[in-house]
Amino acid sequence: MAELARAEPLSRFSALPTGRWALRAGGILAVLAVLAPVLVVVFSWSSSETEVWQHLIATQLGTLLGNTLTLMVGVALLVSVIGVSLAWFVVMYEFPGRRAFEWLLMLPMAVPAYVMAFVILGVFDFGGPLQSWLRDAVGPQWGRFDVRSDFTVILVFSLVQYPYVYMLARSAFLSQSSDTIEAARVLGCSSRQAFFRVALPMARPAIIAGVSLAVMETLADFGTVAVFNYDTFTTAIYKAWFGFFNLQAAAQLASILLLFVALMLYGERRTRGQRRFVQGARLQHRHRVAPSAKSAWLLSGFCALVLSAAFVLPLVQLLNWTWRQGAAQINSRFVDLVQHSLLLAGMAALLTVVLALVLAFNRRLPGKRSFFAAAQLGYALPGSVLAVGIMLSFTFLDNRLLIPLQNALGVYPRPLLMGGILSLVAAYCIRFLAVASGPVESSLERIRPSLPEAAQTLGTRPRQLLNRIFLPMLRPGLLTALVLVFVDVMKEMPATLLLRPYGWDTLSVRIFELTSEGQWQLAALPALSLIAVGLAPVVISIRRSR
Amino acid sequence: MLLGKKSFRWLLVLGGLAALVLGLSACGAREEAGAADRPELVVYSSRIEQLIKPIFDDFTAATGIPVRYVTDADGPLLARLKAEGDNSPADVLITVDAGNLWQAAQLDVLEPIQSAVLDKNIPPALRDAEGRWFGFSIRARTIVYSTDRVDPAELSTYAALADEKWSGRLCLRTAKKVYNQSLVATMMVARGEAETEKVVRGWVNNLSVAPFANDVKVVEAIAAGQCDVGLVNTYYLARMLQENPDLPVGLFWANQQGEGADGRGVHLNISGAGITRASRHKAEAQQLLEWLSGAEAQFDFASLNQEFPVNDLAKPSPLIQQWGEFKGDDIPISEAGRLQGDAIRLMDRAGYR
Repeated sequence: MAELARAEPLSRFSALPTGRWALRAGGILAVLAVLAPVLVVVFSWSSSETEVWQHLIATQLGTLLGNTLTLMVGVALLVSVIGVSLAWFVVMYEFPGRRAFEWLLMLPMAVPAYVMAFVILGVFDFGGPLQSWLRDAVGPQWGRFDVRSDFTVILVFSLVQYPYVYMLARSAFLSQSSDTIEAARVLGCSSRQAFFRVALPMARPAIIAGVSLAVMETLADFGTVAVFNYDTFTTAIYKAWFGFFNLQAAAQLASILLLFVALMLYGERRTRGQRRFVQGARLQHRHRVAPSAKSAWLLSGFCALVLSAAFVLPLVQLLNWTWRQGAAQINSRFVDLVQHSLLLAGMAALLTVVLALVLAFNRRLPGKRSFFAAAQLGYALPGSVLAVGIMLSFTFLDNRLLIPLQNALGVYPRPLLMGGILSLVAAYCIRFLAVASGPVESSLERIRPSLPEAAQTLGTRPRQLLNRIFLPMLRPGLLTALVLVFVDVMKEMPATLLLRPYGWDTLSVRIFELTSEGQWQLAALPALSLIAVGLAPVVISIRRSR
Repeated sequence: MLLGKKSFRWLLVLGGLAALVLGLSACGAREEAGAADRPELVVYSSRIEQLIKPIFDDFTAATGIPVRYVTDADGPLLARLKAEGDNSPADVLITVDAGNLWQAAQLDVLEPIQSAVLDKNIPPALRDAEGRWFGFSIRARTIVYSTDRVDPAELSTYAALADEKWSGRLCLRTAKKVYNQSLVATMMVARGEAETEKVVRGWVNNLSVAPFANDVKVVEAIAAGQCDVGLVNTYYLARMLQENPDLPVGLFWANQQGEGADGRGVHLNISGAGITRASRHKAEAQQLLEWLSGAEAQFDFASLNQEFPVNDLAKPSPLIQQWGEFKGDDIPISEAGRLQGDAIRLMDRAGYR
């Protein structure tokens, strides 16, 4: 059925916006930048840390692996179900509130997972308002459960990460030519069959991209699982490092995690095989199905349920906490925090998207495609480990290369890379390249090579090719990538803490400081601001891309 | 259409330029700071901004020496200091828990110093024998109980909480936190490894619910009736009592009576500081530490976080004076650092998460 779409073998471009060699050089440089800190981690195998390993295997490793797998599978399933179903409903059906839900459902992306975690715990905990009320109102034998279970942790991750899947799946469904679905219907498919046999397979690359982002982020997470004291593979990495002060063993554990993710990504690419779907020629507005009144309200209800759990609930609880704390915290320092967050996120988003674009074009050149896919690995490392990897690479360059150079030149020697803002922005680029790659890749994927080729035959120069063909057609994808990276940088914590220059405190730094001492209520204001500021680009981009 | 073609391209170019300019300006600012003729201290601190900024402001007002700081968790700060090596801009490291101070000394990032002032103001058990680090505030980790459901006469020692009497009534913070690691490490010195492992297993058997992520949750759980006893650092309870004086949770000083390990006193830990090897302003850094050990600064430094001062001339804040005098364990605090790894292994074996 899906073969209805015109499939071309590997959509490689012979017409490119810049010189082939310049592109290749840029791509290789970008991949090396990402791989440097990753390799620092991988080369940790130079020494054997058998003692730590034996201890872990003897005591915890089984539990850790079990928990990690549970979490991965659970999150992958839940984000796919929530994200894909919501995307399909808002694209295919007409129901009350659809237009608002279409963009409202993206908002939970701005809620950091660790904030979601302490909000959920604050509301549903044994000593929290809900269970206390149950004990008072219903009877002391009620409201006596411990909310910290596998399921809760999976739910917290899924609520903040389904928007990745939702956004990517929605744009995939939207860009599918309605001809395909209509043809399927004419040939006798029910709308359900049309979904499962046509739309879903065609949207698969986008969905997988979203799901793997969510899974990678879950694997790398430490803050959220720490709130629930839930032991995962990341916990073991932290234990080896901060408990046994054995950076080697920590890095070895981290490289196993990497291997795992690399295999996962590779496996996904293999099963996807050589199928490519290229945009159909005609994109007209699709006819939305108008379901019966009852079903329409059910659809609204489902959207409202997800939205309230993932966004309204944390917002209300944070507002409540902020209200109780008063506005004493709002001062000029606080304005600084907001400014720093915005500046860093803006710079990092632009740079990362440019890099992602260079890499995406590189993968259209003949040669080793998987080499450029490796640039995604930065996202799978726990933030602290990646940050330390970056720090080690930078200080190595500083101490071995730049400082001797400065001495030779007779300048007052000082580290140039570490402690400057550049190192922090570089860290963000390395970490979030994978996030930008998804939307950029899939929008490039859908440009048929014949288009730039035709333009070239008509005498278009490479520069014009970029401005008049590629950028206009890529704009939605680039915009999605910009927004995703921007919001992710705002939320990022461990690398920001480790690499920021003096005085560059951000909102997430402040949240860390307050929550590290268990003062969640005080962290509500910075958390709220983080969400508010993170939402701005999401809302603007959605409203204007109508 | 979000942006015109042209403006979109310009945005990209401008963004790239802005990134470059900022990167370079950050370097420029550092050059200014690096000038050796105007001393300025750079502090790496795992104590959060609220607990250090007022103190630094006072120091700057008193001496004219500006202080800048970066905060982060203990582990990453140490890793950063180690990686930067001789080129680190840091002059002073402030961190919490003897385990972390001991690690910093092991990693060889701290400079040994001789100071009559520090030796006079800080008891020997609370500083490094070689003068690489010094304690500046004391936190006691002790037993808290529900005033509704527990008679303090039932309480005695940390080890007694392993007794079957407390089955299903105990709450603990996670073993991942260094505070618990230090508590178990000092217990290993007092009771030996086998005995300590038995105690920790007993604790795990008595848990009413899986360990919590932090001390605040332990106190909340006791107040809500999820459990009856727990172990926390005193300042958490002080902070919560400040917000809600009616909180039905009391504090009990552990290990005050009896022979040997039973009477060793409450487990003490410290927050402390040392001067980095890489420091280019060692004299000013020492000035900061000496000033910090003085009676006046001691009161502020400890009271900001409801901790106990290390200098006997300073009084603790009125709120924590209500708990009265207590006997503290006088084991050298560095032992907690030396045995940290062993303590973690022991807790892992006992199934304490």
